[in-house]
Amino acid sequence: MKPNLILHVVAKFLIPLIIVFSLYVQFHGDFGPGGGFQAGVIFSAAFILYALVFGLDAAEKIIPSQWLHMLAALGLVLYAGVGVVTLLLGGNYLDYTVLGATQIAGQHLGILLVELGVGITVGAVMLIIFFAFAGRGRT
Amino acid sequence: MDFLIGHYNYWVVIFLMMVGLYTVISRGNLIKKVIGLNIFQVSVFFLYISIGTVAGGAAPIFAEGIKVYSNPLPHVLILTAIVVGVATTALALALVVRINEAYDSIEEDEIHELDHSL
Amino acid sequence: MGNNISLLLVVIPLIAAPIVAVLPRGRLPWAVALLVTSLCALLAGMQLWAVLHGGVISYELGGWAPPWGIEYRIDAVNAFVALIVAAIAAITLPYALLSVEQEIPEEKIPLFYSALLLCLTGLLGITQTGDIFNVFVFLEISSLSSYALISLGRKRQALTAAYQYLIMGTIGATFFLIGVGLIYSQTGTLNMQDLSTILPEVLHLKTVNTGFAFIMIGIALKLALFPLHLWLPNAYTYAPSVVTVFLAATATKVAVYVMLRILFTVFPYGFALATPVEELFMVAGIASIIIASVYAIYQEDVKKLLAYSSVAQIGYMVLGIGLASATGITAALIHLFNHALMKGALFMAVGAIIYRIGACRMDQIHGLGRAMPWTFAAIVIGGLSLIGVPGTAGFISKWYLVTAALEQGAWISVVVILFGSLLAVVYMGKLIEALYFRPITDSGKEVTEAPILLLVPTWLLVFANIYFGLDTELTVGVAEKAAAILGGGNP
Repeated sequence: MKPNLILHVVAKFLIPLIIVFSLYVQFHGDFGPGGGFQAGVIFSAAFILYALVFGLDAAEKIIPSQWLHMLAALGLVLYAGVGVVTLLLGGNYLDYTVLGATQIAGQHLGILLVELGVGITVGAVMLIIFFAFAGRGRT
Repeated sequence: MDFLIGHYNYWVVIFLMMVGLYTVISRGNLIKKVIGLNIFQVSVFFLYISIGTVAGGAAPIFAEGIKVYSNPLPHVLILTAIVVGVATTALALALVVRINEAYDSIEEDEIHELDHSL
Repeated sequence: MGNNISLLLVVIPLIAAPIVAVLPRGRLPWAVALLVTSLCALLAGMQLWAVLHGGVISYELGGWAPPWGIEYRIDAVNAFVALIVAAIAAITLPYALLSVEQEIPEEKIPLFYSALLLCLTGLLGITQTGDIFNVFVFLEISSLSSYALISLGRKRQALTAAYQYLIMGTIGATFFLIGVGLIYSQTGTLNMQDLSTILPEVLHLKTVNTGFAFIMIGIALKLALFPLHLWLPNAYTYAPSVVTVFLAATATKVAVYVMLRILFTVFPYGFALATPVEELFMVAGIASIIIASVYAIYQEDVKKLLAYSSVAQIGYMVLGIGLASATGITAALIHLFNHALMKGALFMAVGAIIYRIGACRMDQIHGLGRAMPWTFAAIVIGGLSLIGVPGTAGFISKWYLVTAALEQGAWISVVVILFGSLLAVVYMGKLIEALYFRPITDSGKEVTEAPILLLVPTWLLVFANIYFGLDTELTVGVAEKAAAILGGGNP
């Protein structure tokens, strides 16, 4: 593939913005529209753009697929783990109230952690799917 | 006429639903079947979201001065269903890729001739 | 702690699944999965005991009170089905070790067990939840993982079978979703208990009736009810042996449970009787029994023969539901349990043959009964149970089904049930003849008995077949209690 200067420059300019936007969607999800699902997809879109412009091998160097598998599992464990912690603290499963001093603080912390787990898993899984399809038949 | 216009969201849903289901049934190409399945699922998303609308209600985001909100529950349900739909599509496409590698074809009748399995 | 059992049943396999996926290759993933499934079986047993002695368990997820939050609501019906699912999983896992090592590429084994645990999560989740949308979510979790599991079969037909199942299964689940949406639009609630109090007031609405029809068709697809069974034979035939055992013994059973729940708990008891649904079920059940059994007779592949027999057995359960009496529902629930036992045992025995010779077409297994006496004996006893010979579990189900049919004066059903048993004699006889009375093939002379690790779980289920054919206290007692809950409306 012939390197294209315009694509490279525009991609390098856009990728940080996309990542920042995904973080905004992630952490603003408790008060506005957003949340882990959307943020994860936007986050992975940044890496997919990178892979499209700079090639699959370069992208796999940044995030090896082994890491992605770990991250996908980690997100799910984080989500379920928050539930287990609330159980151990004496609440019902995913009853965030027991996580903080007040009900609002607890619910806030809980939903933030759970959405973080969702975001990590969705982002990782989207990238795994992309790499699986894009890398098929190359080796 | 009122009946037609007043329920326009349902007509859209029914149209999409039938298009999707018909595509799944009538097409022999495995990818086209997946596309049909997607249209079919999207019609159900529309159905849910349109029944959650409250006349004159704003988007269900907390803000000052707004009294009437749309029902956010169907949105949440459909967010889940969309994720399920994405997962189904990804799995279906992955299967089609592997079917193509195994049979060198994604046409139902050709695969059937090879194996009598579809 | 006691109250948390219902939740832990779903959460433990859910947390274990991603952990197993990233474990190193080798036998560690299997060991963790074995531990988790055994724990689940233990918990399911405790749950059934608690429900039978303490009444309904209700668990509020996230501390949100029903009907707004998701509620897990356990009575004798769910606890019974959950125990079947968890127990079959726990028995399948020891069997899985050798069979999976042989049939699945080594690098995929951790992912295989991860998918199996996810499938278990979904199936257990369906049984635990009291929220109708939650049923859809768990249904899709279990379905998606089972599509992936089926596609891991060794032949390339496994891929097309999985694809076909995916298309049919997704259409079924989406139909279910449409039905739930229509009912939600008229009632504004998704909690099953809440629905059962609100629905009687809105039953006259066409929207609700349409929703009911959509849900029934959706579940019938998942259930593989004739004539919507087309995905099942190929999916069971080409899936890896372990997956066939697990799915044949659990997946359709859970779908039967959902159907019972919606027909009799969510909708008021008399509603189904007032609609043509019951007659339709009778006809579909009868057609399933006869047509699928006849198909089974003409199959050359042993797994396909048993798969068609599964479709026929689902016909018996649906016939029991179609009779719509307390005895009919009891019979359906008993058969649900017993069929899990006999199909589990039969598919395990066939899996043992596949482990030794790598195939199971009729002409390849000639005379193997003498080379593999224990496996052969398991097939014979499983087959007798399938036919419904006294002293086996199958007899108990047939007995209750015939009693239920006689109570209603449904003579055609009685004749069909007995004729179905006759057809089962023919197709099981064909299998046994091939295994024992045909001369052994040249390649079959070196075949030895299956390893002990495959035989022990198989025989565990075979003994269960005999035990529950003699001591019916657990099955019939619980099933009658469950049927009373479904029939009585309010648990």
